[in-house]
Amino acid sequence: MIREHDSVIVTTLVRMLVPPIQLFALYVVAHGHGSPGGGFQGGVILAAAYILIGLALGREELERRVREGRLLILGAVGVLIFALTGVLGLVLGGNLLDYGVLSIVGVRGSAARALGIFVIEIGVALGVAGALTLIFCRLAKTGEEAL
Amino acid sequence: MTEFLAYAVERYTYWAYVALMLIGFYAMIAHGNLLKKLIGMNIFQTAIILFFLSISAKRGATLPIIPPEAAELVVAPPHFMNPLPHALMLTAIVVMVGTLGVALAVLIKIHRTYRTFEEDVILRQM
Amino acid sequence: MSEVLNALFLALLVILAGAAVRVRDLVGAVLILSAYGLTMSLVWAGMGAVDVAFTEAVVGAGASTVFFLATLLRTLPREQPRERRARPATLVGVLLLGGLLLLAIHEFPAWSDPSSPASLHVSPRYLRDGYRETGAPNIVTAVLADYRAYDTLIETVVIFTAGVACWLLLPRREP
Repeated sequence: MIREHDSVIVTTLVRMLVPPIQLFALYVVAHGHGSPGGGFQGGVILAAAYILIGLALGREELERRVREGRLLILGAVGVLIFALTGVLGLVLGGNLLDYGVLSIVGVRGSAARALGIFVIEIGVALGVAGALTLIFCRLAKTGEEAL
Repeated sequence: MTEFLAYAVERYTYWAYVALMLIGFYAMIAHGNLLKKLIGMNIFQTAIILFFLSISAKRGATLPIIPPEAAELVVAPPHFMNPLPHALMLTAIVVMVGTLGVALAVLIKIHRTYRTFEEDVILRQM
Repeated sequence: MSEVLNALFLALLVILAGAAVRVRDLVGAVLILSAYGLTMSLVWAGMGAVDVAFTEAVVGAGASTVFFLATLLRTLPREQPRERRARPATLVGVLLLGGLLLLAIHEFPAWSDPSSPASLHVSPRYLRDGYRETGAPNIVTAVLADYRAYDTLIETVVIFTAGVACWLLLPRREP
């Protein structure tokens, strides 16, 4: 059972650090197409923020902030965003995962492909973050289970 | 002797990758402890990814990010690194951690039934 | 990164990998594996693969170490790994594999050669037309999310399946 850390320095510092880490994860996802970054990197940083909460503030605190069923739904929503963007390309007359035909929002050509890339990066980040945090929640023992 | 030295300078990185792969592979097949086998698997996987990424290196080249002010000019491929192995290995790393998570879950179930990580003890009890 | 630094880091990697395999105590081996993951991410960053180094620094040095330690924490009545006498056939087989790989390396192009076959066929097209066609200056993201989007879609499904598998294997309340 992973308990809250004894030292008050560790718990205070983690409470202060986790919001900037999550913000940085969203920043990395959003700037994926212009600088090093992208969906996978932002997703694993987001998962690392939640794992840090679980390690330093205790498993029960993590359970209070994110229920495990919601993590599964988060991961599934990420995969669905990706798949539905691809199917949208199929529905609008192109091939599967063809972003060039996504001109419904009023953008054309390479800007439509950039929009498609941005949407699926969000889907990848959500899917990876949900899956990795779920794996950690399952591997770390909660208090109710037998040894 | 000098031509062997020139040959070694060209290829010493590949020898290091082969050494890492063999260390990981030996840990996977020779150790009896299941967790040691998983550590060997992790070393083996990262060594393969290292080898793959070394294919994309080019002497004197920079990152495969086109600066926006240079986008109007013609991009010369020898000045940028090969982006294709980077993209393939990104997915390989995330699959690596997923495989590790499932392997550790199976390991926990094995320990719950047999109370040990040693392979020969488990095989005797089965 | 200069050649000397690259060689030093590669030597450090081999030493750390050998130590992680030889150390008997499991917690110590896992922590040495975490140091190995961090050094590996530094080598990749020095090689110019910054996206991959980013992911490996979080996953190899952070998340996988935490997964290992969480597993070790919950399997506590556990005996010390014993030293099994390795059969000589194992060592001979591994060395034979090493010999075959070294023979194959003889045919490779030299490291960081700009005219190696890998740099001449498909990737010049991605580099030349990537920004113009997809609107993304980061060509690695353009390749990952646009040109090779099938691989990324199936890979996201794989990582989600791994999460579901862990969720099914370890339920909350065991009887």
